[in-house]
Amino acid sequence: MTQLKDTIFIDGKAIGFTEGQTIMDAALSAQVYIPHLCHYPGLTPSGNCRLCVVEADGRMVAACTTAAREGQQVSNNTAELSAARKAITQMLFVEGNHICPSCEKSGNCKLQAMGYYLGMLEEHYPQFNPHRALDASHPDIFLDRGRCILCGLCVRSSHDVDKKNVFAIAGRGADARLIVNTVSGKLGDSNLDVGDLAANICPVGAIMFKEHGYVTPIGERIYDRQKISDVALNEHVLEQKGDKAR
Amino acid sequence: MTERKIRIATTSLAGCFGCHMSFLDIDEQLVQLSERIEFNRSPLTDIKRCGPSDIGLIEGGVCNVDNVRVLREFRENCKILIAVGACAITGGVPAMRNYFDLRECLEEVYLHGAGVTNPQIPDDVELPLLLDKVYPIQAVVPVDYFLPGCPPPADAFLAILLPLLNGEASPQMTDRRLYYD
Repeated sequence: MTQLKDTIFIDGKAIGFTEGQTIMDAALSAQVYIPHLCHYPGLTPSGNCRLCVVEADGRMVAACTTAAREGQQVSNNTAELSAARKAITQMLFVEGNHICPSCEKSGNCKLQAMGYYLGMLEEHYPQFNPHRALDASHPDIFLDRGRCILCGLCVRSSHDVDKKNVFAIAGRGADARLIVNTVSGKLGDSNLDVGDLAANICPVGAIMFKEHGYVTPIGERIYDRQKISDVALNEHVLEQKGDKAR
Repeated sequence: MTERKIRIATTSLAGCFGCHMSFLDIDEQLVQLSERIEFNRSPLTDIKRCGPSDIGLIEGGVCNVDNVRVLREFRENCKILIAVGACAITGGVPAMRNYFDLRECLEEVYLHGAGVTNPQIPDDVELPLLLDKVYPIQAVVPVDYFLPGCPPPADAFLAILLPLLNGEASPQMTDRRLYYD
């Protein structure tokens, strides 16, 4: 086979890339979906959710943080990887308090949509049932840490795009938790605004707007209508910024 | 010789009967289905103990010792057990008490809650003892199939039941039909 210049192969399909692109960048540019939750095009990748695990030249790597290399052979859509991704999704579910029927994010939630995409029928692992503090001190936005999956999208958005540095992840491992960078630790004492990217980018129901409950009925929401594998191909920070219609 | 009817038993543990209502939403197809199935223990028959059955449909999670007893009775008597709906599969809304200590919950509801008169925690011997947490049913017994949704849509019941009635393994629910809400 003739080797094309600046080409990787995802599941055998030739995909062009430019210098500096990751496997994820190249895949999304070519409209090839690699499952991901903590990645959002336009933000610096952090590689923490591990949903985008692929096999690149025989090694398991995160597609969002691994540079595309000439001639790289990448396996993405395999039974083994799908099983691993489903297990990761199940672990994310049991670690937090994800009760879809009682959650306003239901239908717009990427964790839920990932479960649909991967055919997750049940959570498999014992539930942690954590009791995490809810922060309703901000006039327009509330923080339900029970639903946080520690993807860090709000942290990166606030730091890199909004230039406010409102959020951070404190602690490590099982003690990792989302904190607010104010003296009181309260969201109400921060300068987070409903127009900020950080207020809009949460993939789950952890950062939510007040007084917007059920504006769009259940059954008519994003992932009630479309698969995450289609929606994710057209996402970019530039289109997300300032979107208050959640 | 007429074919033996497939025997189905159903129950709602820590559930709201919404899944049963959704099952009834298959409407006129119930008539066709009734030619092939009969109900054993179910709120639809008022039979009190589950007898030998082909399929058991369990709605609701496990919140007390009576739920455990009924669930084990179903598992012992049903060849195929199906977890129906979000509460059976994850504990669901009743499991929102899991973030708190059981005593905290009881005291909030029966002693300190708004509008409580004659505050006392019910302790009648006929009341089933509450478990420390609300559990998914697969944490207590092995489960053969899962039918997610709150409730699962009516057509999802048919999608999982019809192949079983024909003696085939039921297909896994596709992502198109999956709903957790």
